[in-house]
This record gives sequence, C-alpha cells and structure tokens, in this order.
Amino acid sequence: MREIDVAEIRDAVARLAIDACYHLGEDVVGFFERAVDEEESEAGRDVFRQLLENATIARGGNLPLCQDTGLAVVFLEVGQDVHFAGGDLGSAIDEGVRRGYGDGFLRKSSVTAPFTERKNTGDNTPAVVHTSIVPGDQVKITLAPKGGGAENMSALSMLKPSQGRPGVVDFVVDTVAKAGPNACPPMVVGVGVGSTFEGAALLAKRSLMREVGSSNPDPVLAELEDELERRCNDLGIGPQGLGGRITVMDVFVQDAPAHIASLPVAVNIQCHSARHKQVVI
Amino acid sequence: MNRTVATPLTDDVISDLRAGDRVLITGTILAARDAAHKRLVELIEKGEPLPIDVAGQIIYYVGPSPARPDRPIGSAGPTTSGRMDAYTPVLLDMGLKGMIGKGYRSQAVKDAIVRNRAVYLAAVGGAAALIAQSIEAARVIAYEDLGPEAIREMQVVEFPAIVVNDIHGGDLYEQGRMQFERKVGS
Repeated sequence: MREIDVAEIRDAVARLAIDACYHLGEDVVGFFERAVDEEESEAGRDVFRQLLENATIARGGNLPLCQDTGLAVVFLEVGQDVHFAGGDLGSAIDEGVRRGYGDGFLRKSSVTAPFTERKNTGDNTPAVVHTSIVPGDQVKITLAPKGGGAENMSALSMLKPSQGRPGVVDFVVDTVAKAGPNACPPMVVGVGVGSTFEGAALLAKRSLMREVGSSNPDPVLAELEDELERRCNDLGIGPQGLGGRITVMDVFVQDAPAHIASLPVAVNIQCHSARHKQVVI
Repeated sequence: MNRTVATPLTDDVISDLRAGDRVLITGTILAARDAAHKRLVELIEKGEPLPIDVAGQIIYYVGPSPARPDRPIGSAGPTTSGRMDAYTPVLLDMGLKGMIGKGYRSQAVKDAIVRNRAVYLAAVGGAAALIAQSIEAARVIAYEDLGPEAIREMQVVEFPAIVVNDIHGGDLYEQGRMQFERKVGS
C-alpha cells in the first residue's frame, strides 16, 4: 500500500491545465511545420503559418493557445495499491481545476442548468473525470482541455451489425463532412467502435490522447485508420474549411467487444488545438 | 494578397469584397456571442431599446480568455458562428454590416447578408493568441454579468480575416471545398 496525499493530485491537475493550454504538443507542432509545405491550397498554407505563429506566442506564457480552454477532461489511472489520504479525491481534482484555470488566466466555460439558466460556475468546475483501476502503486493523470466547437460536431450512432465496416466508414466520413469549418480543421478524429452506448463514446474520447502520427498496433484497425484519413482528406474541406488537401491531422480508432445485437460507433472530433498533458505520480 | 479595410464598413467597400479575399481590419468593432445575442433579440422582440447601436457595425463572435493585468485582452479567437444564426438576420435588418466568426451560416443569414449589403468574414479559429496581438484595446460596454460573454468594444489594428459570404452570393466554404474535393472512385 502506498499513500498519496490528494494535495499532490490537486497541484498536478492545476499544473497540467496550464501546461496544456499554453504548450502545444510537439506532435501537433511538427504536423503544422510539415503541412506549411505540403498543403496545396494557398489559404490553407496561410492557416498553418498562423497556427505556428500562434503556438510560438502561446509558449511565451501570457496568452493561451485558444480562448476556449475547454472543460477539463481528466483521465485517472489509479494503481490498486494506492491509498488516497488528506481529503476527498474528487474535491481535490476540482480544486486543481479551480486553481489552474484561475492562476493561468484560462477561460471559465462551465455552465450549470444547461437547458435553462446556463449560469457560469465561475471556476470551470466540475472536471469531467474518468477513472480506471489498474495494477501497481502509481497514479497517472491525463488532462485534456476540451473546447466546445469541435465537441459540438461529435456524434454517435447505434449501427446495425449488418452495416459492418462500410457502415462505420460512412458514419465517420459523414460526421467529419458535417463538422467542416465549425470544428476548426485540421481535426483529430477519435473513433470508438463496439462496447455499449457510453462505452463507445469513452473509447473515442480516450483515443484522442494518442500522439498525432502514431499508428495503431492492431493491423486491422491501422488499415481502417488509413482509409478513414484518406477519405476525410478527400472531402476537400481543408484547413479551417477554406478548401484544401488537409482536413484531418489523424484518425484514431479503438474497438471493444459489442453485444450480439449492436454496432455502436462514436466519433469524437478534436480541433487542431489538440491539447493533452500527463504526469505519473 | 491582403487588403486593408477600415471600419465602419461602407457600402462601396462591401460591394467590392469577394469570397476568398483576405483582409486586415482596422478600427472599432463590437464583440458578442451566444448569451448577449439572446438578450439583444429579446429586447428587439419586446420593442425595447438596445444597449448598443448595431447600425454600421461589425460584430466579432468571441468570448476572450481573461486579460492579464498588463494586457488589453486575453486570447481572442472566433467562436462557431452557426449558434448565432437564429439572431443574426434581425440584427442585419437593423443595419449590422459585418460579422466575424468561423463556420457555416444558415441560408437565412446568407439571404440577409445579400439583402442588407453586409459581409461575413472568418478569422482562423484557434489562432487566438495571434489574433489578440491585433486587439489594442477592449472594454465591456454591456452585460458585464455575462463574464466572457459580455458585449465589448474593441480597437483593432490589422485584424486578419477572410471573406466567406459576400453580397454577390459567393460562399468560400462551398467554393473552397469544391475546388479540392475528390469524389469516391474518381
């Protein structure tokens, strides 16, 4: 048994929130650097130039990458030999969000009573927390600020099993086509196939934590990812929807066993400000 | 090529703008998004006066991040314009001349743009730190209680944008995609 003070989790969450919103990952920056040369559309190349300049300014630490610093999505992988001490874990995570979003001058975008008053909570809490229990005595925290524009263009469908692979491909490509400029392309597309209704959505969200340019270790899924990427780029939507060859930076697919009657497919769209940071405690 | 335009936008300038033109905007613009639009249109429906005059103005759809003490504004990129579609035609009919945002507009908005000789421009979504460099001053002029959604007046210098919908019926999102689309099997 290892004891971890929840204050340590709180401080880590606060640091991750700020780090994610100011420091774009090297995987995404590298993609932009290549795309400035590779994109055929002139307007598209100009978008990539602006995004590179934007990432440089944000790294200076005064202005976050995007004004939409999202809801704080937190993936917690907790070793089963860990005992949390010093308070309630959930409250500690929210306190970390409160401090990170306050100290980092990040926007507070969380509203209560979503279909009536829509009153801002003022501190960007609550965090959206997904916890899994794993072997060991460590805690891995991944924080992903998730903006509204791309999240709004995400979709889930309970396909018929008979629709099979072509049905999955069509649904993903249709969702990206509808998202278009609204989702701030070039997008990262997270696809969850199988499991249950909520399970598919979580697979899709979790897949967005992968690095841009990484390939799936499963050859069947890797091939599907390649086809989806090609089909999405053939839409011609391009950077910011101004027309061009590069509509998606990457497509990630994760699958899980499904019910004999079901073929759930979830498509979680991530804008080009693909922000996530992690730490192991 | 970038062309420089000054606010307020005149009819001459607007009739000259075409989908795909890159512009640098200098002058005064307003900033408002979802909650402020809802309040404005509720006042219009009740026949009550607005806290701002939209005639001749450009509204930028933005909810900036908090400004640090030594800065006029935080990061300030465009938000998705489609959420304002329900409110935009009535504002255009009252004399609003331009909107800056990102993403598709409804047919009703595009029709109102043509009818009222206005223009819809896009800024690069997610280039919010870069765009903030072109905002020299900002102050809340209405609905302070809405926080990031309050209505602001901004002084901008060479604010980068691109024309999406013009008065001639041009639509950059349609034209751009058509140019680069590859049909399945082709």
